[in-house]
Amino acid sequence: MYSFSYHRPASVAEASDLIANAADGKLVAGGQTLLPTMKHRLASPSDVIDLGAIAELGGIVVNGNIVTIGAMTSHAEVAASGEVQEAIPALAALAGNIGDPAVRNRGTIGGSIANNDPAADYPAAIIALGATVRTNRREIAGEDFFTGMFETALEEDEIIVAVDFPRPEAAAYMKFENPASRYAMVGVFVARTGGGARAAVTGATDCAHRAYRMEEALAKDFSPTALADFEAPVDRMNADIHASAEYRAHLVRVMAQRAVAACA
Amino acid sequence: MKIDLTVNGQAASGEVEARTLLVDFLREQLRLTGTHVGCDTSQCGACVVMVDGKSVKSCTMLAAMAGGCDVTTIEGLANGAELHPMQQAFMDNHGLQCGFCTPGMVMSGLDIVNRHGRELDAATVRRELNGNICRCTGYQNIVKSIREGARAMGD
Ligand SMILES: Cc1cc2nc3c(=O)[nH]c(=O)nc-3n(C[C@H](O)[C@H](O)[C@H](O)COP(=O)(O)OP(=O)(O)OC[C@H]3O[C@@H](n4cnc5c(N)ncnc54)[C@H](O)[C@@H]3O)c2cc1C
Ligand code: FES
Ligand code: FES
Repeated sequence: MYSFSYHRPASVAEASDLIANAADGKLVAGGQTLLPTMKHRLASPSDVIDLGAIAELGGIVVNGNIVTIGAMTSHAEVAASGEVQEAIPALAALAGNIGDPAVRNRGTIGGSIANNDPAADYPAAIIALGATVRTNRREIAGEDFFTGMFETALEEDEIIVAVDFPRPEAAAYMKFENPASRYAMVGVFVARTGGGARAAVTGATDCAHRAYRMEEALAKDFSPTALADFEAPVDRMNADIHASAEYRAHLVRVMAQRAVAACA
Repeated sequence: MKIDLTVNGQAASGEVEARTLLVDFLREQLRLTGTHVGCDTSQCGACVVMVDGKSVKSCTMLAAMAGGCDVTTIEGLANGAELHPMQQAFMDNHGLQCGFCTPGMVMSGLDIVNRHGRELDAATVRRELNGNICRCTGYQNIVKSIREGARAMGD
């Protein structure tokens, strides 16, 4: 790892000043993605700004039909939260299946979505549930947030503060996980909401995305059989040593059907 | 930069670089070499320690981030010459061969007990160990050790 200056601000305002004034600053949350990247010298920031001491970025609050999760909330905290388990059990289950217990103790929702790994789990939930990402500057609709492989709508030095999830009528997430890393080879999140059926797919393509055709099929009939003929576009699927494009396309349908069945 | 923390119940401090990993601080400066490094991808779990009571991969945390924290390593478990029940269970059940993964397995075993209690079924232990890799044992005796160690912890 190359050397850098370390900062541990106590507020978002202070963090925002530090990152703005750094030559090539990086925020660090749980460090579960950034530190391995720095160890491999694939990133070499001049300044590392640790968000770990900022109390206002933590915590889970339920207000009516909105579940707000602070950016620095760990995967383990979301998984174990009674409030999340009650309001959106699929989200608690998703968080409880990220990586392994030690990764879940450090990794955060803000870090996961800012990183936007094509195989990350949270992006599928944020898009399918119609969540809103709140930053120190503005609000960004979940489905506009993930713009490409490791790319997001975040501007330079913008800090995620929290994510607001509206409570669905029912929701479920199914992932076919890579047995070594637990990342999603394909993950599908479906939700029945006041605004209709919603679905999002992760792991299959370069970036998590909303699955409009799947939603159309589910709008008519929210059942696994409604997706019996669903075909994901093979030419857009990722292909690697873990799975071919054809196999991933097949997994999209199977995971979607299982998720819909789990909503019943 | 200077850091102050608690390690195995005792105040510890040291002069570190910002880039010093917690595992390197423990091993190189405090000479607590029981915590191992088995990979550079944060996947093997040989480096697991407890930070404020939660299992953490010490290869994926900066020493600076642990400032003010309470850290427990494998060295902090035994009571003098008397092994911790989880360590004893690994010894009794042949829960190790080369022993490289063992410190992480024992720490993760304790974390499993913290979250799931002392009556553990094998499936739970296997699922919860998915961040700890062993290249020798085939896991059978590790699972057995953790289940037995968990039960013995109440005695
Ligand atoms: C062994 C292993 C297995 C894993 N398995 C999975 C898995 O199955 N599924 C999955 O989804 N993920 C998995 N992950 C990734 C894990 O979830 C990470 O925790 C996550 O991707 C990054 O979160 P972090 O808090 O550690 O972020 P960091 O590594 O600290 O930061 C990641 C990026 O986000 C930026 N950032 C962090 N916080 C903010 C913020 N508040 N505002 C703006 N930018 C911010 C940082 O600058 C950095 O660029 C795994 C990781 C490991 C090591
Ligand atoms: S050395 Fe920390 S996970 Fe392998
Ligand atoms: S005993 Fe050798 S790696 Fe586990």
